[in-house]
Amino acid sequence: MKGSSVMKSREKRKDVLLKLEKFGHELCEQIEKGSFPHITMPSRSIENIFYNPDLRQYVLGNKTVKRSAGNIRHLRPFTHLVWMAYFTHELTTNQKTSTLRDVFYSAQAYDISFQDQDESDSIITDLETVLGYTREDFNVFPEESSAVFGDLTIEYTVPNYEGKRLNLTSHPDGVMIGPALTSADFVETSADKVIAIEKGGLFTRFIEERVHEKFNAILVFLRGQAPRSTRYFIRRLNQELGLPVYIFTDADPWGMHIAMVIISGSANAAHVKELTTPDAKWAGVWASDIVNYKLPNDKLEDVDIKRLHELMRDPRYKGEIWQREINLFMKNQRKCELEAFSRYGLTHIVDAYLPQRLKEVGD
Amino acid sequence: MNEKSENLYVLRIEDNGSGIPADFVPLAFCQFLFSSKYKLKQSRGTFGLGGTMTILYGQITTNKPVKVISSTGTSKIYEYTLMIDIERNRPVILDRRVRENENKWRGTIVEVYVEGDYYKAMPKILEYLRQTAIVNPYASITFVDPRGRLYKFERTVSVLPPQPRETLPHPHGIDVETMYRIIRVTSCKTLLDFMQKHFHRVGKRIAKNFLRFAGFPEDADPKKLKPEEIVNLVHAMKSFEEFLPPDAGCLSPLGENLLKAGVLKELEPEFVAVSQRKPSAYSGHPFIIEVGIAYGGKIPTSEDILLYRFANKIPLVYDESGDVSWKIVKSINWRNYGLTSGMPFAVLVHICSTKIPWKTVGKEMIADRPEVSREILNGIREVARQLDIYLSKKEKAKREKARLSIFAKYLPKIAEFSAKLASRDTPNVDELLRRLRRLEGE
Repeated sequence: MKGSSVMKSREKRKDVLLKLEKFGHELCEQIEKGSFPHITMPSRSIENIFYNPDLRQYVLGNKTVKRSAGNIRHLRPFTHLVWMAYFTHELTTNQKTSTLRDVFYSAQAYDISFQDQDESDSIITDLETVLGYTREDFNVFPEESSAVFGDLTIEYTVPNYEGKRLNLTSHPDGVMIGPALTSADFVETSADKVIAIEKGGLFTRFIEERVHEKFNAILVFLRGQAPRSTRYFIRRLNQELGLPVYIFTDADPWGMHIAMVIISGSANAAHVKELTTPDAKWAGVWASDIVNYKLPNDKLEDVDIKRLHELMRDPRYKGEIWQREINLFMKNQRKCELEAFSRYGLTHIVDAYLPQRLKEVGD
Repeated sequence: MNEKSENLYVLRIEDNGSGIPADFVPLAFCQFLFSSKYKLKQSRGTFGLGGTMTILYGQITTNKPVKVISSTGTSKIYEYTLMIDIERNRPVILDRRVRENENKWRGTIVEVYVEGDYYKAMPKILEYLRQTAIVNPYASITFVDPRGRLYKFERTVSVLPPQPRETLPHPHGIDVETMYRIIRVTSCKTLLDFMQKHFHRVGKRIAKNFLRFAGFPEDADPKKLKPEEIVNLVHAMKSFEEFLPPDAGCLSPLGENLLKAGVLKELEPEFVAVSQRKPSAYSGHPFIIEVGIAYGGKIPTSEDILLYRFANKIPLVYDESGDVSWKIVKSINWRNYGLTSGMPFAVLVHICSTKIPWKTVGKEMIADRPEVSREILNGIREVARQLDIYLSKKEKAKREKARLSIFAKYLPKIAEFSAKLASRDTPNVDELLRRLRRLEGE
């Protein structure tokens, strides 16, 4: 388990560096040959984003775009892209990390100016598309981060912590899923499943109620729509450790979609792979649970209904359980939050709902 | 001008013109309507009122005589001390001296006392002189004001516009008073001869047709016409449509080159376009419109449009808003020419005519005659178009320059970071930049 993971992490880094250097070489050669430096990369426009049922995620089609420094409209973003390649190469070589915000400011040290962070973020997305790797692979992480708690021992690979081990039950608030944890090797675990939770309140409740012991689970706090590093981390738990993943969200179209993005990815990330966990399961809270467990609920609002109609047409929602629940939401016109279980006491969700549900969805 | 006491000034004007023949000096300066003309040509004044008015004004405010010194370049200089006999409209010669003209000086000097307030009038006076310099770029004007400050408007050209030819009055422009004067002096015995001899572009055929139209016998004696017949004749002349349009040879426009030179000299703009319109006529009076537009350089920006008006090479510095040119300038949608009111540009309108269509007796505003306003409007449009083209070209050049500078800024960075990425020497982008510059040049 350990060996393969280490190889993978190091190989990946090597490949990222190699691709970045190759990019630099190509541009230099183009200039030396007397042509304006240019690059061809997959188009990320809506028309070029397709759902791949085999991969169970969105992918980019064959359409490409050419960016050339000979075109005045491309010139500035092109320069930004080359700088970004250079900067992330430095980061990756030195095993330093940076956040999206940090990158935005770092640029100024090189006399490269971004108008705002949106501009620098979009250049990072360009670089992801060029390289086919996610920004986490070249050491750029988002600000927001979620947390993990459970019996999993990891070994850090980041400088100064190399070889150090940590058990993820060591901290009662959970351990932040940051750059160091994302790149850490998994050493051992006694868990046999992963439970991912949308809300922070429930995550804390689960730790307090020792769900990790009672259900042999690694708990992941998603913090709403999960950051990419968290999605990548869940994928690793699933792929490297072979653990099934169960996702709990609010019972509304937005909660469903949080689960779906972990399972099948988002259209925005069609240019990167290895972010999805196709076998993860949305375990609740379902529309049917509102009725069956007599949960306090609210009426669906217009935006909720509009969103449900969108999801109904979405190719990712073809599966039986999705269609069933969407129809039920539409029929009952009700929604509820994860916390609604507290209506029957703080431990009701852990004592009554969770065991029943895991039995139902478990293999 | 020298200040003698609080509000008393002596105004001394000297030119190096042709000089005035000695015998004409008293009449020229001290009798109104001295220049009762039977023939017409464009001149700075019309009736010879301006100079005499100043002298009269000086006399009634200070009760001091005027001194006139003149020589036509002969061996003599004549020096008159004169007053006006106001009741009889005649000059009174108080003193007359003749001096030797050792240096062959030629010109005229007038010294007149006037009451006034220089400091109040100063901005208009200086503006008047400056604008005079614009439309007289071949004249050097020197002014020493009461503070002892020297203003010099040096000439930048030494060519004069061609002298206007004298011309007969056009029948369309005749009034009853003028008709009386012509009849008084004519030697013609028949109306047929009279029409041909005293009016502009009237030949035998047109004279015959006209007299038939007007119902006058060809052989009628002009001197025997009754007053009501004279009125009828004048009315008929105004309504007869077969008279040929007046010829503009009697006009003395500045010409495009001189107008341009004047604008460049006094306004120092970045760009100037001028246009001289073809001669036209209103009510039998020929006129020529000259317009100019000046942009940038030392032209100030102002909220309202800067307009300079001239009539027969004299600046009009008062009552701008009543002038037809102002009305036209305000009616133009300047945005169509790429201009907004905050931009530094000035419009110049010069009208030349044997009879300027004044709006009022104050002679500061041009009246809105359709023939005149059409020429002004079309003239302004033409120069505005030229300015528009200039500004577009300038804007394009600016954009190209900005474009190049963007390439010059970013290409080296691309080269630098690519090279660092690949750990190799920075490739040279000069050739790429050179190629861009060549492309822009095309």
